[in-house]
Amino acid sequence: MSKLKLIIKREFISKVRNKTFLVMTILSPLIVIAMGVLIAYLAKLNQENIKIIAYVDNSGFFEKKDFQDSESVHYIDLSSDAIEVAKSKVTTSDFYGLLVIPKKDSVSTIASSVEFYSKKSPNIILVSSLEQKIEHRLEETKMKQLNIDIERLNLTKIKASIQLSNFIGEKSSKIINSMKIGIGLAAGYLIMMFIIIYGAMVMRSVIEEKTSRIIEVIISSVKPFQLMMGKIIGTALAGLLQFTVWGLLLLVIVLVLPSVLGIEAMDFKNINVPLEQAEGMKEVALNDAQMIFVEISRLPLFRMFILFIAYFLGGYLLYSSIYAAIGSAVDNETDTQQFVIPVIIPLMLAVYVGFASVISDPHGPISIVFSMIPLTSPIVMLMRIPFGVPWWQILISFILLLATFLITVWFAAKIYRIGILMYGKKPSYKEIFKWIKY
Amino acid sequence: MSNLLEVQNVIKKYGTYTALNNMSIDVPEGSVFGLLGPNGAGKTSLIRIINQIIMPDSGLIKLDGKLLLPKDIQHIGYLPEERGLYKSMKVGEQALYLAQLKGLSKSEALKKLKYWFDKFEIGDWWNKKVQELSKGMAQKLQFIVTVMHQPKLLIFDEPFSGFDPINANLIKDEILQLRDEGATVIFSTHRMESVEELCEYIALIDKSNKILDGKLSDIKQQFKSNLFEVVIKSDNVNLVKTDLMGKFMTASSNVPFKEGELAIKIELPNNDTSNNLLSYLSTKGSISHFVEMIPDANEIFIKAIHQNNKNE
Repeated sequence: MSKLKLIIKREFISKVRNKTFLVMTILSPLIVIAMGVLIAYLAKLNQENIKIIAYVDNSGFFEKKDFQDSESVHYIDLSSDAIEVAKSKVTTSDFYGLLVIPKKDSVSTIASSVEFYSKKSPNIILVSSLEQKIEHRLEETKMKQLNIDIERLNLTKIKASIQLSNFIGEKSSKIINSMKIGIGLAAGYLIMMFIIIYGAMVMRSVIEEKTSRIIEVIISSVKPFQLMMGKIIGTALAGLLQFTVWGLLLLVIVLVLPSVLGIEAMDFKNINVPLEQAEGMKEVALNDAQMIFVEISRLPLFRMFILFIAYFLGGYLLYSSIYAAIGSAVDNETDTQQFVIPVIIPLMLAVYVGFASVISDPHGPISIVFSMIPLTSPIVMLMRIPFGVPWWQILISFILLLATFLITVWFAAKIYRIGILMYGKKPSYKEIFKWIKY
Repeated sequence: MSNLLEVQNVIKKYGTYTALNNMSIDVPEGSVFGLLGPNGAGKTSLIRIINQIIMPDSGLIKLDGKLLLPKDIQHIGYLPEERGLYKSMKVGEQALYLAQLKGLSKSEALKKLKYWFDKFEIGDWWNKKVQELSKGMAQKLQFIVTVMHQPKLLIFDEPFSGFDPINANLIKDEILQLRDEGATVIFSTHRMESVEELCEYIALIDKSNKILDGKLSDIKQQFKSNLFEVVIKSDNVNLVKTDLMGKFMTASSNVPFKEGELAIKIELPNNDTSNNLLSYLSTKGSISHFVEMIPDANEIFIKAIHQNNKNE
């Protein structure tokens, strides 16, 4: 077995066997599962808990059919009681609330003087659904007063929906755009997290070799460069393993858990959405469902996957070689702060630029520039890719990334080679610069 | 005897600081070679260059008559002064890993490790974590890892630091045995008594320059000052003493002596021989002690460094 392979193997095994790694890998998905179960359980509780709402209609405009029981809300007519009596009934019977529609001269005054009494501050969605019910009835009443033929008016109603399409004639839906944003942000964010967590891991591993004083034994057998690369690659493999385990576990959760618990993932009834609105959403969903499916299958998934891996590796290798150089220059982790902050700043910048400008304008100048700069390109370019990036831009950005990676590794290896043999004081930037020239 | 290692005109600079200034040493095959010098003299730089951890700015290194190549590291075993082990790794897998890095196959490494673990009676450590080992135990493991691939050249930098006397002796015996089996040993230390015991050749480095090298016994001859230590028995000790003090340069001696004896150091003039001195002394009384004072390595070390400082 070649020495590089040996080093990679050792780094990988020592990372994977580490208790923190095991805990992180197993526990994080368990926490996600636990949260999911908790939310599902609470949603179910919510659904089982039927709210009873009493109403007192003194205006006489409302009928029983205006307040139809839904699965989660039941209505009781207390119009025959005086308001004070109704109030005490509601409190003693532990109803959710009392809706009072007063008698006024005009319909408009009624609309603005309806009151809702409840013990706790009421659910916003519920209130707006009540408002809609009242508006609906009062509008009809007003139309009648103005002698407007309601049936004919209904015939005039038109719903506009703009169809998006590009010049080749491919249609697209609006929802897919937010999906693209979601995919892009998720990919960019994932890369940033991976670089920060696993870059720091590489750094710690270098420091460990220094403080345990094994380093000189090792580099009398292998070249420092081999050791550094083996470390970076071995750590990356451990990270990939972790992501794979998470991915598989999440897949299991998504596929298995709902059927085990008997909860449908997309259950509109769980939320107190007014009936018409829910129906409207279903309609949109039905119209768009096929479109989204077509769109997703039309997204260059394979290309996106390849580019994700490519940028991911490029970015990780670039940053982790910097991290390795930092680790070699110091004796303990507390000394790393000063050097780590300048490394994290471009990563943060990339994510914020991604959030701010890629969403609003994926092909604007800021997005393009930051997807070219090697320190930010892995994150920003990945956020742009779902929106379709010209191949020449990807090519330029990737060549720049690769070139920077090679230059950085060359510098990092020089610092590393000297740094690992230096003990004692924390070097300054000036001294590190000198090491490069040795 | 041919030289296993030849260092020729090696120069190494760190920025403006010169760590090694035109350094040349020859290490004869099958010998124990002491690399001596005060702290900061350049010993570690030289050792690192031989181990190809750092590269010289100029100069040649030859191993077995051929230029030193990267693949030659499998023929070198190096125990650095700053040495350690991976703390969270198990003893066995760590030894195996380090052996494989030196180019041994897994099965070879297992065989060699079994031999050494049995020899040091530490077989039951195999599954222990290194952090459970005491310092001495860890040092034994480091020693095994250094020698197990049977290198032609062994380099020990302060090998006895941290060892208790029993383990230090054990390691000393192992080093001599390895030499007898054909290995060449470079041995860097401050502890001069171990130099006396082990080294056949030495080189003394001070301030980036070699100031002395050669066979230890030859160097001792160079440094001897014709000083003899004598214990002589006489009826009139004081008379003998004044006689001797009148004839030679003398100094007092701290050799233990009995009642009616005189202990004294006598410096012989360069043109005189020890036989003449002996026959002269025999006329004064009965001689119970007559030794030519050969300087030990420690004295040579201090003397040579002082001279070097004066010359500057």
